[in-house]
Amino acid sequence: MAEMIVFIIFAAVALIGAISMVAASNPVYSVIGLLATMFAIAVLYLMLDAHFVAAIQVIIYAGAVMTLFLFVIMLIGVDTSDVYGAQTLRQRVMTGIVALTFFASIALAGRTVWITGSDAFGKPNLNGTAEAVAGELFGTWTIVFLSTVMLLTIAAVGTIALAYFPQDGTQDEVPR
Amino acid sequence: MTLTITWFLFLAAGLFSIGLAGVLIRRNALVMFMSIELMLNAANLTFVAVSKELGLIEGQVTALFVMVVAATEVTIGLAIIVAVFRTRSSANVDELAELKG
Repeated sequence: MAEMIVFIIFAAVALIGAISMVAASNPVYSVIGLLATMFAIAVLYLMLDAHFVAAIQVIIYAGAVMTLFLFVIMLIGVDTSDVYGAQTLRQRVMTGIVALTFFASIALAGRTVWITGSDAFGKPNLNGTAEAVAGELFGTWTIVFLSTVMLLTIAAVGTIALAYFPQDGTQDEVPR
Repeated sequence: MTLTITWFLFLAAGLFSIGLAGVLIRRNALVMFMSIELMLNAANLTFVAVSKELGLIEGQVTALFVMVVAATEVTIGLAIIVAVFRTRSSANVDELAELKG
């Protein structure tokens, strides 16, 4: 019962954060809403015995990614001209219909698979510590892990290329 | 009422739907990126929840890989947004219609 209360609180935080992220006219408020969602999801990971993933969620997402978003927002300026005036009522209604249809489709498709009736919280057979995750990561999935290294390197090189070699006549503005 | 994995999966589906609505309705490229992040997080929540249900650690490993891909995507995407903003002074995707930097 205590688990249920914790789940309801943090699920509500996640949903409210997500909705406020989509609805906020100021991108800074969107970042704050998504930050609340990230933290709530980290708490849900803890409930699911994924301790290491929860820590990584807080460090990478809440720490690095959202800070990067804030940096870019502050770099290019806060643009509040989006929500009020850019969309017609028809677009909003259609978006709501599409999202609700999508949710209903997922729920219907997963209804027979998800509702298994098993109480996975009764049996603590999973312990997502750093040791357990690393054993799998560096054992079975070594090649995949090394290819993510290559992916990150390519991303870093691509970012530098985008920042330092613009294709138009703005080279003079770029610090060398 | 006991807490089962089903609750987590429905919450993940709801978060994914909200992210989908955000991508569809917003014009600001940054907020669209945040919506994509929300969808990736919902998928991660599904992976971890099913990992708990089945008692397998692979779901958490997959969630870590998804985080790596998400971080990469954010890096490149924000660099593109900044590059576009340099030439257009706008992050509004409706104004980008000629597929040329």
